[in-house]
Amino acid sequence: MKEIALHLLDIVQNSVKAGANHVDIDFELDADGVLAMSVKDDGCGMSPEFVARVRSPFVTTRTTRKVGLGIPLLMQNAVQSGGKVDIESEEGKGTTITATFHTASIDCLPLGDLASTVATIIMGSPDRPEFSLHCASPAGDMRFSTEEIRPVLEGVSLAEPDVVQWIQQSLQEEIEPILGGIMR
Amino acid sequence: MKSLAELEAIRKATLSRINVRTDEKTDTTRVVIGMATCGIAAGARPVMLSFMDEIQKRQLAHVSVSQTGCVGMCRLEPMVDVILPGKEKVTYVHVKPEMVPRIVAEHIVNGRPVEEYTIGAAENA
Repeated sequence: MKEIALHLLDIVQNSVKAGANHVDIDFELDADGVLAMSVKDDGCGMSPEFVARVRSPFVTTRTTRKVGLGIPLLMQNAVQSGGKVDIESEEGKGTTITATFHTASIDCLPLGDLASTVATIIMGSPDRPEFSLHCASPAGDMRFSTEEIRPVLEGVSLAEPDVVQWIQQSLQEEIEPILGGIMR
Repeated sequence: MKSLAELEAIRKATLSRINVRTDEKTDTTRVVIGMATCGIAAGARPVMLSFMDEIQKRQLAHVSVSQTGCVGMCRLEPMVDVILPGKEKVTYVHVKPEMVPRIVAEHIVNGRPVEEYTIGAAENA
């Protein structure tokens, strides 16, 4: 992957497949340049045995093929920057995955186009789950949630091209002042 | 944040288009983009947004864009299937955002697949 945001696009699929009703995406950049990306869902969760194995590229829930590279690739890029990946999960409750990146490291990926990523995520699952995004840095913070805009749309799909573009542009405007420094 | 009033206006405009769409439900063209780890790493996100952009620009009311997982041909990603109503599925491979306007104009609007971008052309090359 060329951007941290692309890892988000990838691992959010795990939450969607886990049948989550709510997926909360959080990006926090601290004063030392450490970025924590977390994805919290209320999906089916994983057993402790599965959590123990889930970082392996040869572990996956799909049955068509025996490899699953989403988490291993995320780990590779987090660790390469000096960060790590934590996974907390409880069966029936949900999963939280947190990846930290040391953005000052020359080996750290850029954050990339987070607004397009979130718009793409919502477009891919317009009805369920509800997604929320929170971004924070010493420069400020922002919040966005599909639950906020759904009532305004009164049944018009979040996957409508005009709606997707509105989401992408409004997120772009809000994220730039907060995380613009690590985007490229 | 861009205003919710703007979103409200989008809703109204969309509703009037949707009414047209439900009348012609069987005429929907489907665009399906591979968005598993392999597709994303190969550049599926900008491809998907280019399709949305092009469909929005042309105000095409009868096209749906959706995402799918990995179909096992990761080396050909980003892959896009275009399914015109009543026609066979056409699979495009190694799709780049620059190729999208042509696929939309020639295939989705005018019904002629862009042969040189298809899986058949890639496999025979």
